[in-house]
Amino acid sequence: MSTLSDPLSLSAPRGADAGLTPQQLVAKYGLTVSGARPPLPKYVQQLWSRRHFIMSFATARLVAQYSTAKLGQVWQVVTPLLNCVVYFLVFGLILSGSKSIGNYVPWLCIGVFIFQFIQTAVQSGTRSISDSLGLIRALHFPRACLPIAFTIIQLQQLLISMVVLVGIVLASGITPGLSWLLVVPAIALLCLFNTGIALAMARVGAKTTDMAQLMPFILRTWMYLSGVFYSIERNIESWPKWIQLAADVNPAAVYMDLVRFAFDPSIDNRHSLPPHVWAVAVAWALVAFVLGFVFFWKAEEEYGRG
Amino acid sequence: MADTATTNVKEAAPVDAQLARVPTVVVDDVHIVYKVHGAGSGRGSATSALSRIISRKRSPAIREVHAVRGVSFVAYKGEAIGLIGSNGSGKSTMLAAIAGLLPTEKGGIYTNGQPSLLGVNAALMNDLTGDRNVVLGCLAMGMSPAEVRSRYQDIVDFSGINEKGDFITLPMRTYSSGMAARLRFSIAAAKTHDVLLIDEALATGDQKFQKRSEARIRELRKEAGTVFLVSHNNNAIRDTCERTIWIEKGELVMDGPTDVVVKAYERGERP
Ligand SMILES: Nc1ncnc2c1ncn2[C@@H]1O[C@H](COP(=O)(O)OP(=O)(O)O)[C@@H](O)[C@H]1O
Ligand SMILES: [Mg+2]
Repeated sequence: MSTLSDPLSLSAPRGADAGLTPQQLVAKYGLTVSGARPPLPKYVQQLWSRRHFIMSFATARLVAQYSTAKLGQVWQVVTPLLNCVVYFLVFGLILSGSKSIGNYVPWLCIGVFIFQFIQTAVQSGTRSISDSLGLIRALHFPRACLPIAFTIIQLQQLLISMVVLVGIVLASGITPGLSWLLVVPAIALLCLFNTGIALAMARVGAKTTDMAQLMPFILRTWMYLSGVFYSIERNIESWPKWIQLAADVNPAAVYMDLVRFAFDPSIDNRHSLPPHVWAVAVAWALVAFVLGFVFFWKAEEEYGRG
Repeated sequence: MADTATTNVKEAAPVDAQLARVPTVVVDDVHIVYKVHGAGSGRGSATSALSRIISRKRSPAIREVHAVRGVSFVAYKGEAIGLIGSNGSGKSTMLAAIAGLLPTEKGGIYTNGQPSLLGVNAALMNDLTGDRNVVLGCLAMGMSPAEVRSRYQDIVDFSGINEKGDFITLPMRTYSSGMAARLRFSIAAAKTHDVLLIDEALATGDQKFQKRSEARIRELRKEAGTVFLVSHNNNAIRDTCERTIWIEKGELVMDGPTDVVVKAYERGERP
């Protein structure tokens, strides 16, 4: 067997380099560890240069997904609509949750559509690494492309279902106003928040494959605690202060309320939107995005192992 | 092309033992271990998942596969190196590790620039049309949209997909396996790399396309600093590589001139 010290070996350094150990060769020629995690600023720069890939990957996934289902994109809208109907029957009529809320149907539908966006972003983020192992094992790119692309897919789907949502809102008698413009920054902040959560969950899901099984339960609990179909605020008025505070800053509730009040400032006939909600929404978006991004980047070179 | 394949590039190998060469890849006592999850129990229910996470036990279903065991070599600028060995001997694993796609358990792999695997296949989607796949594949390899536009026609022409009609606008799932393989190779070979790693890419398509792709590989080799080629076609190795590394069961058996190593491999003689 030829070794590095064998002068006849094709592997051994020759001439001036003869006799150098591999480590000395590496040092002399300035070679770097293959696939090492780049420092954070460089990573961000690499990610930015891959933005076209991210968009193209997201669009391709969406097109591929719908080109196989016969009804195509229709399902994207039908599923949350069916959910809305069920929730309306159970919570609005049978449990009469609609009593305290002025305009229950749009209130409910906005909640369902927005929560669905959060839920699918978290779920697809959790699976984004394990679903793309083939890609990760074949090509080199900043892995953060994947959870970000999956979040963009969910955003594209939200935008499709927004068309239907606007229809429902109009049909329920809400008239368009300038406040509708606030939907845009609200969704932009929510996107940032979702991307951060998806990045963090991508790392967790890549390590703990069992997480994907557990997520539906965690998300359902979160949904029930966020007041998607009833006003949680009114049901815990006599509870300890810290629980009320927690319910108040719950990001899902914050983003749902932002969109609800943007569509109709008097959607809830008892309260108007407290101004601190926007501040909370900005804070959640920044904290989730920055922490999620750094958390994901820390494990960059470990994705795709085994 | 079976028996004409004796001389080609081999004599170009530098014999001058006094000249220092520029190393492009240093593989230093590398071990690679795959950890396989869920080898037994499958996915299971949410409650069993919960109990597994809470108990923090390494699931008993995790198995380890020690795929590469202590391989060392140095590759230099201008070399084309063949990797041979029986199925499952660790050739693909070695390439993926050089590309930095698999972390090493022990030892280190050091490279000049970022080596890339000719492995765009994984980025392509069968439900997409051929032309969308060309764009997606090129972007996945790190090209800019402008580069993609300028290369697009060359890629389609090289693949020959459109020779028999407008197939590039049909979904890839409608292609014959040969057609799909040709398109994949054409996309993958569209980019030039410092260190190029090719894993069994030549065994695709018909005779004419195989010749064309071998020529393209030689071209890529001229542009690239170093080429690694895995192939079960020993003649392709003889044609393209002057140096060959033989790996068996994750261990390096032989590393030397292609003639010597391939001959030993064909006779099954371990040194
Ligand atoms: N993704 C994987 N997970 C677990 N084991 C793997 C994986 N890929 C390859 N192996 C194992 O690693 C060994 C080497 O495989 P590979 O490098 O693909 O061989 P070759 O390319 O030489 O045919 C084999 O024993 C194979 O079973
Ligand atoms: Mg292989």
